Amino acid sequence: MRRLPRNPAGLLGAGIVALLVLLALFGPPLWADAAARINPREISQGSSAAHLLGTDALGRDLLARTLTATRLTLGLALLATLIGTATGILLGTLPQVLPRRAGRAVIAAVDLLVAFPALLLAMFTAVVAGLDAQGAVLGIGAALAPAFARLTHTMTASVAGADYIAAARMLGVPRHRVLTRHVLPNIAEPLILNTAQAMGGALLGLSAMSFLGMGVQAPAYDWGRLLNEAFGHVYVTPSAVVAPALAVTLAGLGFMLLGDSFARAAAHTRAPAGGPAAAPAAVPAPDEPAPDTVLEVRDLTVAFPGGTTPVRQVSLTVRAGEILGLVGESGSGKSMTAAAIGQLVPHPGRTGSARIRLGGVDLDGLTASERRRLLGSSLAMVFQDPTSALNPALRVGGQLAEVATLHGGATRTEARDRAVERLDRVRIRHPADTARRHPHELSGGMRQRAVIAMGLMNTPRLIIADEPTTALDVTVQREVLRVLREAVDETRAGALFISHDIAVVGEVCDRIAVMYAGRVVEELPAGALHQARHPYTRALVGSLPDMDTDRSRPLTTIPGRQPAPGDVGEGCAFADRCALATARCATRPELRTRTGTHSVACWEVK
Amino acid sequence: MNINDPVNISGLTVRFGSRTAVDRLSLEVPKGSTTGLVGESGSGKSTLARAVAGLLPCRGTVTGVAPGRVQMVFQDPSSSLDPRMSIGDAIAEGTRVPRARRAAEVGRLLELVALPAGYAGKYPRELSGGQCQRVAIARALAAGPELLIADEITSALDVSVQGAVLNLLRELRGELGLTMLFISHNLAVVRYVCDAVAVMRHGRLVESGPVQDVIGAPRHAYTRALLDAVPRLSPAASDTERVRRVR
Ligand SMILES: Nc1ncnc2c1ncn2[C@@H]1O[C@H](COP(=O)(O)OP(=O)(O)O)[C@@H](O)[C@H]1O
Ligand code: SF4
Ligand SMILES: [Mg+2]
Repeated sequence: MRRLPRNPAGLLGAGIVALLVLLALFGPPLWADAAARINPREISQGSSAAHLLGTDALGRDLLARTLTATRLTLGLALLATLIGTATGILLGTLPQVLPRRAGRAVIAAVDLLVAFPALLLAMFTAVVAGLDAQGAVLGIGAALAPAFARLTHTMTASVAGADYIAAARMLGVPRHRVLTRHVLPNIAEPLILNTAQAMGGALLGLSAMSFLGMGVQAPAYDWGRLLNEAFGHVYVTPSAVVAPALAVTLAGLGFMLLGDSFARAAAHTRAPAGGPAAAPAAVPAPDEPAPDTVLEVRDLTVAFPGGTTPVRQVSLTVRAGEILGLVGESGSGKSMTAAAIGQLVPHPGRTGSARIRLGGVDLDGLTASERRRLLGSSLAMVFQDPTSALNPALRVGGQLAEVATLHGGATRTEARDRAVERLDRVRIRHPADTARRHPHELSGGMRQRAVIAMGLMNTPRLIIADEPTTALDVTVQREVLRVLREAVDETRAGALFISHDIAVVGEVCDRIAVMYAGRVVEELPAGALHQARHPYTRALVGSLPDMDTDRSRPLTTIPGRQPAPGDVGEGCAFADRCALATARCATRPELRTRTGTHSVACWEVK
Repeated sequence: MNINDPVNISGLTVRFGSRTAVDRLSLEVPKGSTTGLVGESGSGKSTLARAVAGLLPCRGTVTGVAPGRVQMVFQDPSSSLDPRMSIGDAIAEGTRVPRARRAAEVGRLLELVALPAGYAGKYPRELSGGQCQRVAIARALAAGPELLIADEITSALDVSVQGAVLNLLRELRGELGLTMLFISHNLAVVRYVCDAVAVMRHGRLVESGPVQDVIGAPRHAYTRALLDAVPRLSPAASDTERVRRVR
């Protein structure tokens, strides 16, 4: 197990389980004699100095018996869990190796068994297998198996869909080898986590069976059996119930807490290590923006604990009716810049900036609720995956209308009409019909246009589109780009268009800012991409095949890799990939205006 | 079967329930050349590829390639390698050399795809997307495929990385005389990499031919629409031209 629980509940669970294991190991040698000693003179006594928890009907010490019973209880529970998991894993993987028909039959049978109440299944099996410890173990094992089979099957099926499985099959790896080499190792971890939880269940189930007289039989005893015996005398010595009941409860709790915290630890990817992020220092920039500026960002920095700084002193300006393209390879900080403008930086990241102004209003000067209102009404965000922006359960029209009633103060009828009008504006055919449909009834391109329409509901001042066409085909992409261009032209909103595809950016934008390792390294008019000066931009343009590329020559490539946001050094971040680099490049070049609208951060180019 | 006979796909049909994803499709891939397959998503390109690779049941015939000698490289670098298996083991799975020579063979294949031989001990999570795709190519080459299918292998990569992977494919084709079916929705990429191109729509072929012919003088309206939609960064395009194209 790579991740051990760190939270208090998990630690408590681990502590309880550790204690139980110790008791199981050392309980019988220490107390078995005391537990077996029959004493006719001390029958059914209450708590006393000699017998802390009293004695049973034969005068045996109840504390000693409870402690001694730990081994049998835990052992049987472990056995039942092993039987349950092994059977479950076998059943769950069978469909992968059996012929299709037979596999389906197994799945159907498992589904049927999962629907069957577990305790009934356990008792039924126990009645068939015999009313003793062996029967109870088999019964509980049988009760655990279906859930494990279902889990294994689901996970196996999802791993089996991965491309590396297809690759292995093409390479001629036999089916059972695919299962043992590729599938099982990839599902082992969740299975082990579930085993810890199942252990708790098995323990409770076995205790219940023994308590009902269906499990362990005298003279052997586990906690359930002790409970059963004590219950017969509950009116004479009620205290006799306490020890085994407490033990069962504690053990059940221990395994549950441990399993739970394992599962939670597995679900969370670990947060980056290190202390809290220092709020990045803001450098004041006094210059006033032009009056039609819808977005002004000055010296924006986003930092995470541990020195990861994905955005470094980025300054951007978007004017009304203008699309500014933000381009760069993945990891260059484009999306984090957008997130910071929308105040969506994920925890524990910190944003620092001299200024973010939206429609002339300084976001820093607002209270949290004022800021939310401003962003809700004047910022529209469109992401790569349109499905995440739309609620699958609601009709498209209703979702659009809600935006207008929530932030724009429109009445419901107004909002409905506006939704249809906006759908029409993004060139969705039959907009009234479409408004009545659910998101899954639309194609990917239509869904993305619906999200843009949603963004247009309140006449935003700024539209941020983060890779809005990356998941779409060229023909559909063209439509979506056109819709965005038209929306900007008609509403005079400004747009920040983010893409890793420099050709797309060059086509739809007015100006382009090129990001590398968290900084803007060049800003230029879109039409001037072929006159780009920064070595990185030039390499990007050169590495892109277009319809005029010389087919007889290799494409330009950039050696090496962009540094990760945590290892950006002092100098020019591009230096170790740059053919023009000199000694000067060990200090970082500032972004400087060269001609009118063209700025470059590089020492060696003019 | 002559070794120089083209790979011939004929009357291939794939159904999912009542849906026909690939409909009586016929296509010839000459040996030692690269044929591009373009079309919008959902047109059936990947389904065709998987059927030819024997990963999906289908009707129709594929001749010119021995069963089991088709290898495929996939789009998503994060899913194409087993996260629990070292790069070297993944590549070794495909090699047919005796165990003793395996390490040397893995090293040779890694160098073929321009990765250091020392990468054999690394795991996929330690590699970038472009490097994962190189490993996937090496694994496919390990088996000595008679037909290599590349399904959108650069779509998930950054432009700068895409260039390197495309260069690699072109070099390998030259060195090894690879026969390749190259699937992409990016016509500029297909134009750069392929000798011939086939255009697919709704499970059928609408047009095919040498790449210059199809791109220079497309006959089908759908091919023209695909061509028009390619984003262009040409130096000739003035600002007004550029914006007009989008409008
Ligand atoms: N396992 C499946 N079950 C049902 N339909 C499928 C399945 N796989 C693919 N399809 C359908 O087949 C069609 C072709 O898909 P695909 O070959 O992936 O297209 P492309 O590769 O051109 O994007 C699509 O409409 C898709 O929904
Ligand atoms: S500053 Fe130096 S290293 Fe950086 S891009 Fe310019 S020439 Fe290259
Ligand atoms: Mg596809």
